[in-house]
Amino acid sequence: MIDKFVPDVAAALAGIEDGSVVLMPGFGNGMPETLLEGLIAQGAKDLTLVVNSGGRDDGPTAVLLASGRVRKLVCSFVRADSVAGRQFAAGKLELEIVPQGTLAERIRAAGAGVQAFYTPTGADTILAEGRETRVINGRNCLLEYPIYGDVALVDAWEADRWGNLTHRESARNYNPIMAMAAKLTVVQTRHVVALGDIPPANVHTPGVFVHRVVHIPA
Amino acid sequence: MTFKPLDRAGIAARIARDIPEGWFVNLGIGIPTGVSDHVPVDREVIFHSENGVIGAGPAPEADKINPYLVNAGTQHITLRTGGSFVHHADSFAIARGGHLDLCVLGAFEVAENGDIANWARRADDPTKQVGGAMDLAIGAKRLWVAMEHNTKGSGESRIRRACSYPLTAKGAVKRVYTDIAVLEVVERGFMVLDMVEGLTRRELQERSEAELHWA
Repeated sequence: MIDKFVPDVAAALAGIEDGSVVLMPGFGNGMPETLLEGLIAQGAKDLTLVVNSGGRDDGPTAVLLASGRVRKLVCSFVRADSVAGRQFAAGKLELEIVPQGTLAERIRAAGAGVQAFYTPTGADTILAEGRETRVINGRNCLLEYPIYGDVALVDAWEADRWGNLTHRESARNYNPIMAMAAKLTVVQTRHVVALGDIPPANVHTPGVFVHRVVHIPA
Repeated sequence: MTFKPLDRAGIAARIARDIPEGWFVNLGIGIPTGVSDHVPVDREVIFHSENGVIGAGPAPEADKINPYLVNAGTQHITLRTGGSFVHHADSFAIARGGHLDLCVLGAFEVAENGDIANWARRADDPTKQVGGAMDLAIGAKRLWVAMEHNTKGSGESRIRRACSYPLTAKGAVKRVYTDIAVLEVVERGFMVLDMVEGLTRRELQERSEAELHWA
């Protein structure tokens, strides 16, 4: 019998090594906050964190960054007046700024086996300096590579024992694509449902992309 | 005669006037966010939000907030009947794949060749607010910009011959709505489509670094 449920957060995060690339969804909501707290407690360091934005001074991303465990941040947006902005200015944090659509597509590419792609996004900007560009269909395009995760931390509304997931409204955001792109995909779910309870046409993230699920009721 | 610049809501309202029924539209952070408030509900315009919302509706009443439903500015919103949700890669496929009729972005500067600068003030700026702007700028069928014509402090013109800040995209802007004028980007540069009442052509040119053209 396939059963991806694990008893607690510690079991969910067991084995995450130093130097891992961690994919973390979330855009206003849909962030796996309990797993993130668990990651800080778990102790892995020298991490590369892939997340939409560097966040503000409060909130889970700030707490993880402030813990000093993140060596490199890959994101689309950093405020100068934030933990990420100040750590970068002080030379304590490596930063890779990626346009948000390119970030999402690089993650999707990793999950889909696409080895590289060209996009006009950012091709005529300083983000393209020193990188490979090529004119395709008359448009200047920039070569982009996938972002593979060692681990993805995912937030779900419902999960069954196969790891089939639903996500609430705009809390879906990066969750389905990050689940596809990591060697180890760990889910925190608000609700546990029986296999078959999620209507098959309404599964947002199929369980084939999911390895471990922990129930976090609220 | 004196003139009265539009306030930020006034710019948003001016833009809303020019959005026809049936368009699929993305609104950036800042002045553009306010545009949807000025589109009458009976004019069916579908608003896209980068975090995966198709059919974004107005803010809910305080007792009807859904914590799982926000827009790209992380403000609580509602979903219009007929709306739907997609994941982030599909949401940006909408932006990059040419499916938006219009995107309205804020900016620091726009140049007469349609270049836009809106994410950093210099290459080593510790603020790096790229977000989705580069994707939206290259992908939407039309890019309009909403911004004040001049900077607050020194009154420097944001309407430039060439951008001095790092670019978001090259040659992407079709139209600029400022607090005093509406400018179309055409082959020879900025063409003035509209000005606030009481403003003279000379006064508008004085406030613009780029040369302006009149139809």
